[in-house]
Amino acid sequence: MKISYYPGCTLKSKAANLEAAAVAALAALGIDVEEIDRWNCCGAVFSLTADDLIHQVGPVRNLIRAKEKGAAQLLTLCSMCYNTLARANRIMRDDAVKRDTINRFMDDEIDYAGEVEVVHMLTFLEREVGWQKIREKIRVPLEGLRVAPYYGCTLQRPAEVGIEPFGSFNLMTGLLSALGATVTPFDAADKCCGSYQVLNGEAGARSTAAVIVDRAAAAGAEALATSCPLCEYNLGKQQGRLLEAGQIATAVPTFYFTQLLAVALGVAPESCLFELNDAASLDLLKTKNCLVAA
Amino acid sequence: MCDADNTTTKKTIRVATGDRAILPEGAKTIPIYIMGKKYDVPETLTIMKAMEFAGFKFLRGAGCRGGICGACPTVYRMAGDYKLHYGLACQTVVEANMYLAQIPFFPANRAEYNIEEIGGGAEAIHALYPELFRCVACNLCTKACPMDVDVLGYISALKQGNIKKAAELSFDCIQCGLCASRCMGEIPQYHIAQLARRVYGRYIQPRAEHLRKRVEEIESGKYDAMLADLSAMSKEELEKCYVEREREPDMTSPGAWQPKETRYL
Repeated sequence: MKISYYPGCTLKSKAANLEAAAVAALAALGIDVEEIDRWNCCGAVFSLTADDLIHQVGPVRNLIRAKEKGAAQLLTLCSMCYNTLARANRIMRDDAVKRDTINRFMDDEIDYAGEVEVVHMLTFLEREVGWQKIREKIRVPLEGLRVAPYYGCTLQRPAEVGIEPFGSFNLMTGLLSALGATVTPFDAADKCCGSYQVLNGEAGARSTAAVIVDRAAAAGAEALATSCPLCEYNLGKQQGRLLEAGQIATAVPTFYFTQLLAVALGVAPESCLFELNDAASLDLLKTKNCLVAA
Repeated sequence: MCDADNTTTKKTIRVATGDRAILPEGAKTIPIYIMGKKYDVPETLTIMKAMEFAGFKFLRGAGCRGGICGACPTVYRMAGDYKLHYGLACQTVVEANMYLAQIPFFPANRAEYNIEEIGGGAEAIHALYPELFRCVACNLCTKACPMDVDVLGYISALKQGNIKKAAELSFDCIQCGLCASRCMGEIPQYHIAQLARRVYGRYIQPRAEHLRKRVEEIESGKYDAMLADLSAMSKEELEKCYVEREREPDMTSPGAWQPKETRYL
């Protein structure tokens, strides 16, 4: 199976591990990932201003690239790209007035009316591959690894683009179970990580992150799984500082769900770019014998 | 200019040439609007020559007159249409009812840096030009480019940290600044692209090994004696040497020809 794919800027730089592991894992599942041509930034954050259609132009331009390819679905990995693209797509599908305005403004492009479906990889895995088939392909079950699924904000909000209803975490739970991990639910899985507040209100963002890591540890989790580079930054890359400052007692290494999928499918750890995670992440997998023998 | 007796007259394309507005015989005049004022100018002239014909004198805003230096970017619109068009005044031929404005300089932000100190990563470019992230992908920059550069493409590549791609996509940029003049994010695209090409050349592009060796040879003094010999020659001796020089025949395949004089090899 072939799938059109939108990476997003961060996945080409600071979160290259999210992408590298996903592409390797999907290859192991027999899925050919085809990056769309000439894509631009998704917009990073969905604009909430009602009279600000210009911010929909960027995401819509990417959807047009997918339509030009004849794609029915456009695969995304990053929670923020998913959210921004899916919401722009709904405007183009459902709002005739805005659709017309945007199409007229983009007179250098073909018209677009929401023909492509934006799909997050978790949805794609359940719908197009299935947990059972993934289970059959596992080479290194993540046995004994207690992982907390962390969704953050943008996978589920607002409801009309949520990958599943607010308050349920079935997709990540289904995936992690199929990988053989022990799923450890916790009551901060949909709390905000602190988001961009880390730039101008660092202390507040850090205490928010500390609450999430603390609650995961209290629930017995040894690891956090996420699909968002910004969540990974606030919860993972900042975790050393939270420990140093005594804001959390126990480390809970963070992973992109694609990395856990890839190692369970027997992808070599070098292909998952763990050097972009905190060092504790790879150490944990080594300790738990969750890596394929070299 | 058609000769009525000549029944075999072909339609000839008449183009004005020369460094001044030399008009083809019988050229018609057409109306154009320079800064809103109407002028009748001969057809076939470029915008630049038409403006000179109308009495304007370019002290600045004109350079090579060959479509390369980027000094004469022009924005124009045809009467009756809302669409803006972009071109170089030295390359674009006037058409009837053009509304013209020159944008010889655009006051876009240009960062100061020392290329030897900033390193080869995209973070340095992001830090020098944080406005890069104000791009909303409206693509007006690309539409404004008189060189058909994919401006949105290289801006997107830089947001993704791909300096090589940005350097390659922006290679034809002539730094005219029309991209920045249209940018709602106030991004100085052309200056950022120049920085990207400099970083690419300084830190990323592979070095030519044969060039390094040759520089080493020159610095070691290998050619000093030959140069001293030449410098000591009289004009007559130099001319004799030049006339009698051995010359590789055109189209010789590499390595197939050797000079008879091998002293200097």
